[in-house]
Amino acid sequence: MVKTYNRIERIKGSIAQVKAEGVMLGELAQIKMSDGRSTLGQVIGFNGDRVSLQIFAGTKGVGTGDQIRFLSKPMQVNCGESMLGRVFNGSGEPIDNGPEIMAEKVDIGGPSFNPSKRIVPKRFVRTNIPMIDMFNALVISQKIPIFSISGEPYNELLARIASQTDADIIILGGMGLKFDDYQFFKDYFTRTGAMEKTSMFIHLASDPVVECVLVPDMALAAAEQFAIKDKNVLVLLTDMTSFSDSLKEISISMDMVPSNRGYPGSLYSDLASRYEKAVDIEGSGSITIIAVTTMPGNDVTHPVPDNTGYITEGQFYLHGGRIDPFGSLSRLKQQVMGKVTREDHGDLANAMIRLYADAKKARDRESMGFRLSGWDKKLLAYAETFEKKMMDLQVNLDIEEQLDLGWTILAQCFDRNETGLKNTWIEKYGKWDK
Amino acid sequence: MDEKTKGIIIAAQGNLVTVRFDGTIRQNEVVFVKTGGQSLKGEVIEINGNEAKVQIFEPTDGIRYGDEVVFEKDLLSVELGPGLLKRVFDGLQNPLEDIAEAAGYFLKRGIYLPPLPRNIKWQWNPTAKVGDVVYRAYFLGWVPEENIKHQIMVPFNFIGKGVVKSIAAPGEYTVEQEIATIEDEKGNVRSVNMINMWPAKFALRFGERLLPTEQLVTSQRIIDGPFPVAKGGTFCTPGPFGAGKTVLQHQISKHATTQIVIIVACGERAGEVVEILREFPHLDDPQTGKKLMDRTCIICNTSSMPVAARESSIYMGVAIAEYYRQMGIDCLLLADSTSRWAQALREMSGRLEEIPGEEAFPAYLASRISELYERAGVIKLYNGEQGSLTIGGSVSPAGGNFEEPVTLSTLAVVGCFLGLSRQRSDARRFPAIDPLISWSKYGERFAAHGDETMKTRLKIIEKAQKMIIESDEIGKKMSVVGEEGISIDDIVTYLKGEFYDAVYLQQNAYDKVDTATSMDRQNEQLGIISKVLDKNFKFDDREKARNYFLDLTDKIIQLNYLPREASIYGEKKQEILNMIEGE
Ligand SMILES: Nc1ncnc2c1ncn2[C@@H]1O[C@H](COP(=O)(O)OP(=O)(O)O)[C@@H](O)[C@H]1O
Ligand SMILES: [Mg+2]
Repeated sequence: MVKTYNRIERIKGSIAQVKAEGVMLGELAQIKMSDGRSTLGQVIGFNGDRVSLQIFAGTKGVGTGDQIRFLSKPMQVNCGESMLGRVFNGSGEPIDNGPEIMAEKVDIGGPSFNPSKRIVPKRFVRTNIPMIDMFNALVISQKIPIFSISGEPYNELLARIASQTDADIIILGGMGLKFDDYQFFKDYFTRTGAMEKTSMFIHLASDPVVECVLVPDMALAAAEQFAIKDKNVLVLLTDMTSFSDSLKEISISMDMVPSNRGYPGSLYSDLASRYEKAVDIEGSGSITIIAVTTMPGNDVTHPVPDNTGYITEGQFYLHGGRIDPFGSLSRLKQQVMGKVTREDHGDLANAMIRLYADAKKARDRESMGFRLSGWDKKLLAYAETFEKKMMDLQVNLDIEEQLDLGWTILAQCFDRNETGLKNTWIEKYGKWDK
Repeated sequence: MDEKTKGIIIAAQGNLVTVRFDGTIRQNEVVFVKTGGQSLKGEVIEINGNEAKVQIFEPTDGIRYGDEVVFEKDLLSVELGPGLLKRVFDGLQNPLEDIAEAAGYFLKRGIYLPPLPRNIKWQWNPTAKVGDVVYRAYFLGWVPEENIKHQIMVPFNFIGKGVVKSIAAPGEYTVEQEIATIEDEKGNVRSVNMINMWPAKFALRFGERLLPTEQLVTSQRIIDGPFPVAKGGTFCTPGPFGAGKTVLQHQISKHATTQIVIIVACGERAGEVVEILREFPHLDDPQTGKKLMDRTCIICNTSSMPVAARESSIYMGVAIAEYYRQMGIDCLLLADSTSRWAQALREMSGRLEEIPGEEAFPAYLASRISELYERAGVIKLYNGEQGSLTIGGSVSPAGGNFEEPVTLSTLAVVGCFLGLSRQRSDARRFPAIDPLISWSKYGERFAAHGDETMKTRLKIIEKAQKMIIESDEIGKKMSVVGEEGISIDDIVTYLKGEFYDAVYLQQNAYDKVDTATSMDRQNEQLGIISKVLDKNFKFDDREKARNYFLDLTDKIIQLNYLPREASIYGEKKQEILNMIEGE
């Protein structure tokens, strides 16, 4: 029996209070407004018969006499193949003018994976981007953010990863996206053919905040359904700072005591419960999460990147249009480098980074006006080649080609005894003339 | 048995519900909320008239006004007995592997299974005799559990003097079978089996407390050397993300010379627990020749598991460790991370609308932290045997800044501070414990109680520590005025400090030899280092000094990677000694 109520007693922030009986925590309600609009809301608490509803579209224009219908079910998301190629908003409604989805639905925010059933991840993710595959290889089920600032091409990087990887399914969760960025993703995926295996949950900057908070749960619940059906799913979340800011806005409007710069004390748990959905299911599918976290004021100690850093398995720093090899770290890379990939991978990557670090010091010496040694000049030439051929985000090579390119660059810039690499590797893979 | 008190839900928000009850209840009593065919566990945290606030340990979706609530009378308890080792429990002591078998991949709510296996038969060896006078925590007999003599004790809630009325014959028994009967002072005869219950939030300690004076060898040089930990002592490892807190804890859990290790994975990544679960069953415990997993128990309430159970997870772990200590055993409890536990306190305090303290942590944060670490210690049992519990907690300060409530409150109570710094981890100087800020209060005590070897060792370490401080100051000066502005003697001091740092303080966790260093080998290394620190080097120029130390450092690091049994070990060591003598 679906009951209808039409007495809203209190409205504040995104919360409306209504008198109702027999409702459940987490239950959905539909609110029909006097101007004909309709929105969903969710029961976040009750005290006796006073029920607090969080209104997804915000309470703007909600009237005390609006009709409220409780739906006896929690927030759900569609799942399955019919989701692919489609775009939804934070409430899970299609926004691409496509047909309505008739598919199985599952509850969002489901239980967490039993830690004792997890396995040690060791499946390599190919992105074909050298600064990732070669120097900070990703592993299936990894969760990793891109720390960046606005203006940097982080969304381009995400789109590129999505199109170049061999994931079975891609789920994009957009939070606080500018319309241009949304259009960019759509065009890019359509152009590269990735759209057929992609499903998007998009919250635009102009959409209500509550919908922003729902996006990761929707995206991850959909991903989980694919993963348990043997699919390797790549989930892209951009921008988790918008998500956190929405949490902040909602918690403050609910008079919760903030802990740090206005963010709720639960920020760590709120972020962790989403990121921990990443999983490699033994003998079945997986979820890998790459997220964007923009750092307000380029400050990594800001609560959002700081809490994220504690949760994720490493991070990429994107600045100046490049992934910075210093500071960027994939904590799981040793699971695959040289084990799944070619044996020389780890040593070659370390040597190249060490030389690049030396080259940076040579650059400093140059800029301070010191005279440069012959070695310094070699390093400078190396840095330039390295940046052009490896660090450029446009480069699209598979890992075997990346490794060969690495050896070629070393052979171009240095003598064979100058790289500090083991002789066995040099003889087997080096590109110097015999 | 009198009836259990019942009530109904009248309000709910998040995982906090208000219950109107009829009867008597007590603070921190366990309750079950019956909703949609499931039973959800919770704990009373506030009582006002006939209304109680209850925190639910599980997701609360679907709870309605009027749902039935049953009060269980017991406080949140831990089930103790044989069968805890090698196991993985969640923050409420649910056995996660059994849950997986019952429910599959996901942690469905409302499933509670007994922590101790009910079907295993243990080999019972009675030691008490009929007519013996006993008190609680007295030994009745033991069963072998992995490597230890697991003592079965008189129930901890047995009041006053008792007399053993009967004791089961040697043989095989399950934990639920009677192994003794004991008559109390009032003449009531109580049946005793192998299960002992204890309210997890109370300290379990029967015996006399002693001052910790013996060193807990961790095999991590930077700890065992300048910042040693005592058996029965406490330490903390605060540090920013990625500085190496978890790797350090794993290192300690593998290599510390202790009999039992309890690992509490509290609000951190599940993936890190998986590493332990998949690795430990295959790693040898050098002390016993058995597997590392055999001495380990894991409490796993990782970051996506219910926050309320995160609070209890640490208490579960501590109570289990105290239980083994009560058998006269050395135990080590490692918690990663206590900040997540403090955050769980903060979330609940916020929901109760308590007046917040600094950074919204509750005002009682400091006292909770000190209560926790106070549960460590050495105790002397009734029979003269000693047991110890060492507690080490990692701390995850916001922004890596130690001036925050959890770090500060922890520093106020622990005996040893191992501060990890971003600077050292960025420079890949692992373990990234900063020798300039860390301290231990135990070193002096070991000096007073130790033998000659210990005293020599501590002298060298003291000397080296001074060198590190001087070296750092010279290094700072050098970065301002350039190398040219520093005397060659100062450069040598600087290089000596860097040398000690590189060959002793830094240790490669991923090298199979360097990963753990025995006390004996540490002393040998310190002998070599002492020679270098004492030597009055004369170099012609700075370049020569640098090259000499570079070469020496590299040689000793290579030696560190060699097992002492290796045939070339002696030769390589002699080469180094010659190099030091010969200069
Ligand atoms: N002793 C060590 N030796 C080598 N590398 C280490 C060591 N400790 C930490 N690391 C590196 O630092 C990374 C982060 O360590 P971790 O313990 O997970 O940090 P935290 O728990 O402080 O966030 C590891 O993945 C590893 O690459
Ligand atoms: Mg950690």
